[in-house]
Parts: sequence; C-alpha cells; structure tokens
Amino acid sequence: MWRDAMLVCGKDLRIELRTRVLLWQVVPFGILTLVLFALALGPSATALAHGAPGLLWLALLFASVLATTRSASIEAPEGTRSSIRLLGLDAGGVFLGKAAALAVQLLAIAVVLEIGLLVFFHVSAARLGIASPLELCALAALAAVGTLYGAVVAGTDVAGTLLPLLVLPALAPVLIAGEKGTAAVLAGGGPGRWAIILVIMAVAYLAVGTLLYGALEEPS
Amino acid sequence: MVRGRAAPRPVQVLARASVVSGRALYRRSGPIAIVLVALTVWLGLWVTPPDEVQGNLVRLLYLHPAVAWVALYLAFGLAALSSALYLWPRTRSQRWDLLAASTVEVGVVFLTLTLATGMLWGRPAWGVWWTWDARLTSTALLELLYIGYIAMRRVPADPHVRARRCAVLALLAALDVPIVHYSVQWWNGLHQTDSVLVGGFHFKIHGSMLWTLLLSFVAMSFVFVWMVRRRYELAMRESAVADAALDGAVLERRAEALR
Repeated sequence: MWRDAMLVCGKDLRIELRTRVLLWQVVPFGILTLVLFALALGPSATALAHGAPGLLWLALLFASVLATTRSASIEAPEGTRSSIRLLGLDAGGVFLGKAAALAVQLLAIAVVLEIGLLVFFHVSAARLGIASPLELCALAALAAVGTLYGAVVAGTDVAGTLLPLLVLPALAPVLIAGEKGTAAVLAGGGPGRWAIILVIMAVAYLAVGTLLYGALEEPS
Repeated sequence: MVRGRAAPRPVQVLARASVVSGRALYRRSGPIAIVLVALTVWLGLWVTPPDEVQGNLVRLLYLHPAVAWVALYLAFGLAALSSALYLWPRTRSQRWDLLAASTVEVGVVFLTLTLATGMLWGRPAWGVWWTWDARLTSTALLELLYIGYIAMRRVPADPHVRARRCAVLALLAALDVPIVHYSVQWWNGLHQTDSVLVGGFHFKIHGSMLWTLLLSFVAMSFVFVWMVRRRYELAMRESAVADAALDGAVLERRAEALR
C-alpha cells in the first residue's frame, strides 16, 4: 500500500510540475482572495490583524477546492481509471498517494498565503512559524477530505458545481479549528485543544478514506 | 408410530409474533401516526401546564426534541446503516440504496423542522432567531451535508456508480452526527445540554409533561416510518419504471438491428 501511495503521489506531483496549474491558477486565486478580503475589511491595521487567521483559512479553503478539482480531474478519464485497475494498485494506497500530493500542493499555497499575510495583514512572522505544526495537521485533514470528496464527484458533468457544495460543509470544522488555533497562537498563546481536534480529524478522514476509496473506484 | 410436527419452541413463537406485529405496525404506520400526533397535540396544548420560567413557550418541548431525535438518530442512523450494508459486498442490494435515499430525504425534512422550531424557540428565549452556537452551527452543517447527498442523487449516472458514491457520502455525513450530539458538552454554548435525561436515567421533568414528551418521540417516529415507507415504495416504482424503459430501449435497438 505504501509503495503504491508513493507511486501515485510522485505521479500527481510530476503532472503538476509539468502543467503548472497550481502556479498559474490556484496560487494567484489564493492571493486574489486575500487581497479582496483586505479590500472588504478596509485599511485599518487592527481590523486586518484581527481578521488575519480567519481570512488565511478561508482563502486556503477556497484554494483547496480548486486544487481538489484539479487533483480529481487527473483520475477522471475512464482510461486512467482502467489503467490504475490494470496496474493492480491498492485502492487505499491510491487514496493516500493522492492525499499526500494534494497536501504538498496545499502546503505550497499556504506558504505563499502566509507571506501575503505578513505583507498585507501585519502579522508576526515568528508567531506564524509557531503555528506551522497546527497548520500541517489542518492541511492533512484538508487533503484527506478533498481527495475523498473529489473521488465522489469525479467523472460527473457537474463536478465543478457539486464539489464545493459537498466539500465545504465537510471542511467547516477544519476552518473553525484552524482559525481558532492560529488566532490563539498569534495572540501569544498555544493552539490548545484545536490542535487535538485537527489531529483527530486528519487521522479519522485518512482512515475512512483508505477504507472507502476502493468502493468509489470499483468498475460499474 | 405417527410422527407429528414438532411443536414450535417458545422463542420461535415469540420471534414470529414480533415479526408479525412489527409488519402490522409498519403497514398501519400512517393511521397510528395520525392518532399519536393528535394525542400529542391535545396533551401538549391543553393538558400539560405552562412552565414556571418559560410559560407557554415550553410547549415547543413536545415538538422540537422529538423531530431532532428522529432526524439525527433515526433517519441518519438508518441511512448510514443502509449505506454500509450496500457497500458491504455480501449484503449489496439496490433496496439498501433506495432505503438510504428515502431516509435521507425524510431526514432532511425533519432536520429542517428541527432548525425551524429551534429558531422559533430561540427568538423569545435568547432574543435572536439565530446564534453561532456550536449545536446550531453543527446542525446547519449537517443539513448542508445531506442536501449535498440529495444533490448527488440527482446527478445523471450509472445507478450502481451513483449508489456507491451516495453510500460513501452518507457514511461521511454521519461522522458529523456525534459532533452535533456532543457539541453542547464540548463547547459551552447557549443551547441547553441533555433535554430529557440527566446522568443516566434520571428524568429532568415529571408528570404529564414527561409522558407527553415521551409520546411525542413515539408519534414522530411513526410519522417518520410512514413517510419513509411511502418514499421507499415510490423509489422502488421509479426504479422499476427506469428498468422497464431501459429494457424497452434495448429491445428496440435489437429489433432495428434485425430489420
């Protein structure tokens, strides 16, 4: 399973490196979201710093929907699914591989958005650094949920409209826990129980995804 | 020596009797639901006294917890169970898929009623129609998750593929049910904690209020059974019509090829 996961992760990341969809579409969308939020909040430095954790996670959530759509679309063509079945890859391994590749991409987006936070929202770089373990847990949860729901809508004609409807309510707990944890760290404290909630969510969705992904990939 | 049929064991008799009575209750769920709801309305509005603190507002107690219980535990629990049985290869049958779809649709109706009655109660009790309390927020998210399930069912796809995807969605959405249940304990919000029982089986309320409350749970459960029954029967007929249309199209193509 782990070998298959590494194989699929490498394949997805190679495709991303070649096509550069993340670089030219998803990352600019994330930055645009941050800028629009800043415009909506106004120039007050206090308001911007206060709203920064929520805006970071909201921008990440929206960007993750785009990244998930992209990740699911790679597997959508029937030929790709048939090839994976012919290769005899373990379904759980495919899920973990795709989730790992998505997590790496989300990490890249998060780094860019955090630079945006430092520049536009006047947030402390040191405190953001302290919040990074919490963010890694949240990104793992985002990737697991995104991969699973991406597979649910893959191949349908309405994937673009259906995925946000399905995945955003499921990701709302990550948004809440991520925002609360990051806000606590930026205020000088620790993430507390929010980090535990994110770890539980990441582990639960990775386990459920490993178990259920095979059912989604079965031939009709 | 004449061998007679062995007398059935008491356990078998009881099992048969319970199956027969269960089926009878299932078939008569509609009339039973009407009688029980009428009885709950009569007891709730005319027999039970107003509350010392909330006055007549307490009468929502005979509706709100019951519809919430049906939606959260009965409907979505049954949907998760049916979906798991569909995904399990040994028990895979279209009937489980259709049952899950029917229970989710009815469950969403009950969950909408839960939110609506909660808002009606919240306005005079808390002074606002809505507050970002953990119980309310997680319930609203749960409703959106199941609306997503219904949207997924409307997507044109191979019935088996759609059934598998919806089964996975139902199981994923069910993960939110424990969060809704324990939200009042994990995050201290405005919503009250346990409504009926405290610390095991110690009732918080007594007398006619308690019996009316318990009756409301039974009444709403029968309403749920009746609605799911009707929706499930309709889903079976829809499936039969779709199969017949497919068979017709195949025969037509065959006839065209032979001409």
